[in-house]
Amino acid sequence: MEPLLELKHVSYSYHTPEGETAALKNITFSVAPGEFTAIVGPSGCGKSTLLSVIAGLIPAESGDIFFNGRPLKESSTNIGYMLQQDQLFEWRNIYHNVLLGLEIQHMLTAKTKQYAKDLLKTYGLEQFENSRPSELSGGMRQRAALIRTLILEPELLLLDEPFSALDYQTRLSVGDDIGQIIRREKRTAILVTHDLSEAVSLADRVIVLTKRPAIIRQTIPVFFDLDNDTPLNRRNAPEFKYYFNQIWKELNDDGSD
Amino acid sequence: MEVISNTHKHYLKSLRRHRFIVRICRCLILVLFLGLWEFAAMTGMIDSFIFSSPRKIALCFWSMVEDKSIFLHIGVTLYETLISFALVIIFSILAATILWFFPKLSEILEPYLVVLNSLPKSALAPLLIVWLGANTTTIIVAGMSVAVFGSILNLYTSFQRISKEKIKLIYTLGGNRGHAMTKVILPASVPSIISSMKVNIGLCLVGVIIGEFIGARQGLGYLIIYSSQVFKLDWLIMSIIILCIIAMVLYQLISILEKWCKKKF
Repeated sequence: MEPLLELKHVSYSYHTPEGETAALKNITFSVAPGEFTAIVGPSGCGKSTLLSVIAGLIPAESGDIFFNGRPLKESSTNIGYMLQQDQLFEWRNIYHNVLLGLEIQHMLTAKTKQYAKDLLKTYGLEQFENSRPSELSGGMRQRAALIRTLILEPELLLLDEPFSALDYQTRLSVGDDIGQIIRREKRTAILVTHDLSEAVSLADRVIVLTKRPAIIRQTIPVFFDLDNDTPLNRRNAPEFKYYFNQIWKELNDDGSD
Repeated sequence: MEVISNTHKHYLKSLRRHRFIVRICRCLILVLFLGLWEFAAMTGMIDSFIFSSPRKIALCFWSMVEDKSIFLHIGVTLYETLISFALVIIFSILAATILWFFPKLSEILEPYLVVLNSLPKSALAPLLIVWLGANTTTIIVAGMSVAVFGSILNLYTSFQRISKEKIKLIYTLGGNRGHAMTKVILPASVPSIISSMKVNIGLCLVGVIIGEFIGARQGLGYLIIYSSQVFKLDWLIMSIIILCIIAMVLYQLISILEKWCKKKF
């Protein structure tokens, strides 16, 4: 199957008057359609930089990125990006927050508005569509942020530690919730996280990065033989500990904490 | 119906009493001040020709109401203040927007804006009279000159303080800098624009009065400077009191706008 996304020898450095800091070095990997890939690595290793490069928000210094077989030159609406915090706008109600991407893309039609309402209904936010973001719980806000991204029907979903701002209990339940939504919608996703359990519970494959400058240390395929393969069920499966320890070992061999 | 406990009833009662005492004390201070002033003027403790008295000021005001001249002076000052205020707000939002769109330009202009903001604006008024003539336009420009540079700097700073992640979100949704401005920067800056308006309304009034001091034949500033020259201290003090009331009313109007905006933004 032809990969949806392909990175070939991608490198990136930050430049300041004080000097140059290499963030990514020779990153090469590909993502197949429908695959859920997690990227883990030490804090500050360049995980979020990698997502920004894939999203076309910052240009790679060297190397090539191909999306659907074509070079990725700039930010594409075929790539959805979910940030660390929900970034819902307090001056808009939930419905209008969800419509933001459609407004920007000039795609606001009766059909897309109805689709927004359908998504809000499907994911339990129907009765909150006129509420302000501050009236919602952290989990509900993250769901609204996901709908705002999904409504543009991106072929690839980039998740930049989307649960990091939530408390542990909410994090587990929202992670389970959003993981299932992504599976149900058959989306291709790349998740960046520093939480190894989150990576194992959600992904089909975990890419381990070294400390800065990030290079790919190891790619670990993750497979759970479960009838109902959900993030929460994975956490209770016997293989979970095995994958967790394997990734932990790779990270520690890197000499990071 | 919700049952209120005795302790909560007591708390609410003490809160109402506290508010009542504050209001009464505020009124008493004013009444006491006016009473003492009138008493001192009547008994000759102060010279009523120099210090005037509440009764004389009230009579002076009434006579100017009867000949309608006070409405002309108040109207002219209000008109000039509101026009300069509106222009300051429009101009500073436009300028801050341009500076945000062109960061290099803002870096180049920064020292000039800081110097212009630090300049004592009253020093500009005589120059404006020479350049533009003694007319309403000059007074409006004088009113603007006091507020506009500080307002641009404040708004531009508030634009820069908007979360970078919120702007990143716009780019991730396929937006550009124009979308970032209209969807994030401007709506998120409404509280800053309102607080800038609160400061600017007072500054514009100051600028207009300075302009009227030296280049007007009408308005409260003209009335103040004229009455001081002909020793009509009743006019002078009355004009100052009217200015206080105008400043307070304009500030309250913006506070009402602020409350409305808080509900929306």
